[in-house]
Amino acid sequence: MYEADGEKYFVVDGHVHFWDASPANWVKGQEQYAKGWIECFHAYQSLGPPETHWPLEKFQKYSEEDFVKDVFEEGHVDVGIFQPTYLKSWYREGFNTLERNAKLAEKYPDKLIANGRWDPREGETGLKQLEEDAKRYNLKGVKLYTAEWHDGSRGWTLKQPEAQFFLEKCQELGIKNIHAHKGPTIWPLDKDAFDVADVDYAATSFPELNFIIEHVGLPRIEDFCFMATQEPNVYAGLAVVIGGLMHARPRFFNKVMGELLFWVGEDKMLFASDYAIWEPKWQLEGFLDWNYPDDEFSDYPAVTTATRKKILGLNAAKLYGIEVPKECRLPAEAGTPAAREDAELVGDQ
Amino acid sequence: MNTRARVLDALGEVHDPELDEPITSLGFVTSCQVTLDGDVAVVLRLPTPQCAPNFAYLMAADARNVVRRLPGVRHVTVRLEDHYTGEEINAAVGRGEGFTRAFPGETDDDDLQALRRLFQRKALVARQSRLCEVLLADGATPEQVIARRVADLPDIPDARRCLELRGDLGIPREEDSPAFVLPSGEPVAAGDLTRWLRTARLVRMSLEVNGGICRSLLQIRHGLAVDDPEEVAR
Repeated sequence: MYEADGEKYFVVDGHVHFWDASPANWVKGQEQYAKGWIECFHAYQSLGPPETHWPLEKFQKYSEEDFVKDVFEEGHVDVGIFQPTYLKSWYREGFNTLERNAKLAEKYPDKLIANGRWDPREGETGLKQLEEDAKRYNLKGVKLYTAEWHDGSRGWTLKQPEAQFFLEKCQELGIKNIHAHKGPTIWPLDKDAFDVADVDYAATSFPELNFIIEHVGLPRIEDFCFMATQEPNVYAGLAVVIGGLMHARPRFFNKVMGELLFWVGEDKMLFASDYAIWEPKWQLEGFLDWNYPDDEFSDYPAVTTATRKKILGLNAAKLYGIEVPKECRLPAEAGTPAAREDAELVGDQ
Repeated sequence: MNTRARVLDALGEVHDPELDEPITSLGFVTSCQVTLDGDVAVVLRLPTPQCAPNFAYLMAADARNVVRRLPGVRHVTVRLEDHYTGEEINAAVGRGEGFTRAFPGETDDDDLQALRRLFQRKALVARQSRLCEVLLADGATPEQVIARRVADLPDIPDARRCLELRGDLGIPREEDSPAFVLPSGEPVAAGDLTRWLRTARLVRMSLEVNGGICRSLLQIRHGLAVDDPEEVAR
C-alpha cells in the first residue's frame, strides 16, 4: 500500500520479470540473439531516470534480494504479476519461465502471481502442459508472446486454428486473463507484424476471457485503441508507456495517457512497471504526481484520485480476484474498477 | 553541389515507411562515402537489431534506388548494419532483388506494396490533421476547412508530403481537388470533421511517439544526439 496526500493506494504491478539472461544461460550458436535481446532491454532501461540505471552485468541476472527490495520494499508494490517469456531458442533454461517465477511466488504467496504461457505450435503436448501448469500453479492468467521463434517458425497469430483450442482450454481451466504481447516481432514478414487484428478476433470469439494488451499495442497504439472501443473485454497494460515515456519523452507521455483515457478509459488501464527493465518506485511516484500540463489537454478526460486508484491497482485486483483492503477501495459513486461497459461508452462519443 | 551532397539530399527523400520521416533526420544513415569515380557506399542503422525486417528492407532498397538514379553515380552499395536479418537484406538489396529473395520460402510478397500503402494512408491522415488544426486554430469553420482545394494548401513540408502521398496512393491531387480527403480519396465531410480529427489525432500521436522512441533508442545505442543534422554529414 502506498500513501500520498492522505490517500491510500493499493498497488498491483501487472508486469514483472525475474529473468536469467546471463551468458551461462545462452544457447550455444545463438549467442548473438541472446546477447542482442538483453542488450536491447538494457537500452530501454536507459529511458528511465539515470539514477535507476543498472550495469549490464547486474541487468543480465539480478538476485531475489534485488527483486524483493526493488518491487516490494522500495517499489510500494502490494501484488506483482509475473509475465513469463520463454525464448528457449536463445536461453537454455528459458529467459523468464513459469517455473523460475513460481519458485519466487511460492515464497511470497500473497504478493506474487505467476502467470503461465502457451504456444499453439506445440500442439497436443502444449495443451497437456497447459493443463498441468494450470493445476500445479493454479493459473489465473497467461502471457502470450506471438514473436517467439520455434522450430524455424518466427512467430504465430491468435487467429490460427490451433490457438482456438488453447483459448478454449483456458476458458475450461478458469484462466481468465490473457496477456497478449506482440513484439519485437518480425513475422509475418510481409505484413505489419504488430497488427493487433488477431487479438481482436480472439477477443470477439472468447467474450468471457479478458484480453490485456501489453504495452498498449505499441507501436500500434492507434489500432489498439480502435479495437478497445469495440471489444468490452480488452484492457490496456501500461508497461513501457510509463517506463519508456514518462521520463524520456514527457510531452508524448501526456498525449498517450490522454488518448488512452479517452479511447480506452480509466477502468481498463493497468499499471505495470516491466521490472527489471524499470524499477516500479519512480514510475509509481511519477504517475501519482502526473497530470496534464496545460489547457492544450482540456478536451481529454480528467485525471482524478479515482482514476489513479483504478489504474494503480483496483482494475487489476478485480481481474485477478485480489482482495483490496477497505481503506484503499473507492466509494461506490466512483464507478466499478475494470468495468467492461465503459469502453463502449467511450466508443460512442 | 558535389556528388556526396547530392547523395545525402537524395537519401533525404527516403522515408521510414512506418514513421513517415526521412531516414536522414531520424539518424538512420550511419555513413555515406563517395569515391572520385562516383562509387557510393551507404551504411544504415536502426534503433534495435530486431526492427521489423520488412521496413528495414524497404528503406535499404529505396536508398539504393534513389542514389542509383543520380547522374555521376556509378556503383552503389547500401549496407544495413547490426541487424538480426541484416545479412539476408543486404544480399538481396545488393543484387537488386525483391523481398521474397531476401527470405526465400518465408514470404511471397516481393514489393511489399500493401504494407507500404497501409502506412502511407496513416501518414496522410496524420499530416492532413496537422494542416486542418492550424486552419481551425486560425478561426476557420469546418465548412471553410473542407471547402479548401489543393491549390489553397500552403507550401510547407506537411502539405508537400500530403501531395506526394496522394500521388503514391492514386488519390487525385489536381489544383481543384479537395485539400482534405479520406484514405479512400473521398473528401472529408464538414459534419464528420470533428470526429475525423479526433481519430486523426490518435494516429498522428502514434506515429510521433514511435518516432520519439526510435530516436531515443538509437541515441542510447550509439551514444549520439540523433536530432542533430550534423550527425549525418559526419
